[in-house]
Amino acid sequence: MSRIKTTFERLQARGKKALIPFITAGFPRLGLTVPLMHTLVEAGADIIELGVPFSDPMADGPTIQRSSERALANGMNLRKVLEAVANFRGDDNDTPVVLMGYANPIEAMGLDDFAKAALDAGVDGVLVVDYPPEESEAFAAAMLAQSLDPIFLLAPTSSAARFEQVGRLAHGYVYYVSLKGVTGSGQLNMAEVAARIPEIRAAVGLPVGVGFGIRDAATAAKMAAVADAVVVGSRIIEELEQAPAGEELTRVAALVRELRRGVDSAGEKA
Amino acid sequence: MQNYDLPDDRGHFGPYGGVFVAETLIAALGELKDAYAAAQADPAFKAEFDYELEHYVGRPSPIYHARRLSEKLGGAQIYLKREDLNHTGAHKVNNCIGQALLARRMGKPRVIAETGAGQHGVATATVAARYGFECVVYMGAEDVRRQAANVYRMKLLGATVVPVESGSRTLKDALNEAMRDWVTHIENTFYIIGTVAGPHPYPVMVRDFQTVIGKECLVQMPALAGRQPDAVIAAVGGGSNAIGIFHPYIPHESVKLIGVEAAGEGIETGRHAAPLTANARVGVLHGNRTYLMQDEDGQIIETHSISAGLDYPGVGPEHAWLKDCGRAEYVAVTDGEALQAFHDLCRFEGIIPALESSHALAYAMKLAPGLAKEQILLVNLSGRGDKDMHTVAEKSGIQF
Repeated sequence: MSRIKTTFERLQARGKKALIPFITAGFPRLGLTVPLMHTLVEAGADIIELGVPFSDPMADGPTIQRSSERALANGMNLRKVLEAVANFRGDDNDTPVVLMGYANPIEAMGLDDFAKAALDAGVDGVLVVDYPPEESEAFAAAMLAQSLDPIFLLAPTSSAARFEQVGRLAHGYVYYVSLKGVTGSGQLNMAEVAARIPEIRAAVGLPVGVGFGIRDAATAAKMAAVADAVVVGSRIIEELEQAPAGEELTRVAALVRELRRGVDSAGEKA
Repeated sequence: MQNYDLPDDRGHFGPYGGVFVAETLIAALGELKDAYAAAQADPAFKAEFDYELEHYVGRPSPIYHARRLSEKLGGAQIYLKREDLNHTGAHKVNNCIGQALLARRMGKPRVIAETGAGQHGVATATVAARYGFECVVYMGAEDVRRQAANVYRMKLLGATVVPVESGSRTLKDALNEAMRDWVTHIENTFYIIGTVAGPHPYPVMVRDFQTVIGKECLVQMPALAGRQPDAVIAAVGGGSNAIGIFHPYIPHESVKLIGVEAAGEGIETGRHAAPLTANARVGVLHGNRTYLMQDEDGQIIETHSISAGLDYPGVGPEHAWLKDCGRAEYVAVTDGEALQAFHDLCRFEGIIPALESSHALAYAMKLAPGLAKEQILLVNLSGRGDKDMHTVAEKSGIQF
């Protein structure tokens, strides 16, 4: 059984929601990626989303764009991302790792070669931002052939028909981007999110994670009250940008612990 | 090629094209596709498009027999399709009129665009002024610096020009930023893409608006030269002027179609913008699958061309398909060859061509001497060269 499924089942049994922090692999420094992953877990992460940097991150706001540029300048590439995951797996065989990125670096490696290498490295799921379901048949097949979970996005503008289309391909969980726009932007419409999630969960039959716009314990708590998982990206990258060199791990640990408290407080009320 | 009816319903030209975007854009693209289909079925839409092209753009554009240049070369006859005579000075406006009419039909009060050299930005700012839209143009910070005159033209026309500081700060990054704007302001904004790339339905929609070029040629050539040309030659960056003149000729199998990419400093140097000629690896960028300039890790690499309008790492998916199926042939000419053609047309015909169009002309000038005098080459002179004064002067060591 996949680590992702096990994780959600274990959390559900304890009445808890999942916290899924996102970091860009190779940011702020190549050597910090694996220590950061362990730090995220120690501070309360249930699943890690690891960003694979791309030269043209069309769906990302300025914060994640900057982190991708820095990571590429540091020499990060898909092969090294997989090495980092393998390295992380040396000390952590339980926490699911989901790669999140764009199609071209994966296609450059080849879908099948990538899927095999990702499985070997210990990756659990893959979310390709610019593979919507209509262009994802080959991708989903290649992932499933290696027992990897293909993960898909849904948006406030997605129709009920698309919930079902995604449901046919998706495994692990689906990621509901709660805002219109790019990563890191705008204000949350909590009422709209709360109304959509049960509908999505019913149509897709998988846990629903919510991301885009979650910045602190309070927003994390509100999201966790309605979603199965809370995804936090830009806020963590900002913390890494602002932390003086050498203090990145402690600063991120403090932030993730705060988010964890928010997520868990919602679980208690629910 | 009698039954050429690509793309399929989801925008695929063989393995190319498609809709490779984040879920957040899917609904907007669906809305656009439906609105475009409805507009196509509405005779009033076509009638207004035709009216605007005639009275605002100044169509049909003439075809001109470049006799002195042809004599000088001593071979085939070179004919020029004069898109440089359009309002705003290039073919770009044909497409902008079409998309602006569609934006108005969809009730969107705000239009955005990406631009490289600034020609598409100027054309978009022009139609925005004409139809009363708010207009924002994204332009790489590097291009803003290189194309100060066009930036000012856009501002004169009432547009806001936003310099893009991310990535390589050129056209591809401007396109990324325009997409980000669109996804954030989907309710009130229409994104006017300037070339036959991007997610479906853009490649087919931009093509349809630009095919006015080739349709006119089909009528004009027999009247002027007594027959259709032996070859049609056009510059290819994203590929909108080339598709516009090629597409109506696809069923005319005796007419060769030749796309000319920018070889920059030479294909062998790697410093070029010729993904088709160099057989670059196929990948996914800006919403479609196509040939792409990329490194071995799949990161998009910087391109090089003297012509900012050709300085793009991808190419429209329909060109990728026309290359694979052999209906069109793709070649490349260097910065130096294009510059020489630019000067030759100035001196022999009194026409200052855009550096983009100079690439097509340079290839015609290579071919012509080896062909019989009865042969006819039709070159799409896609734009005028006023915007390139600075670049050409700089290359010649002249300062204003």
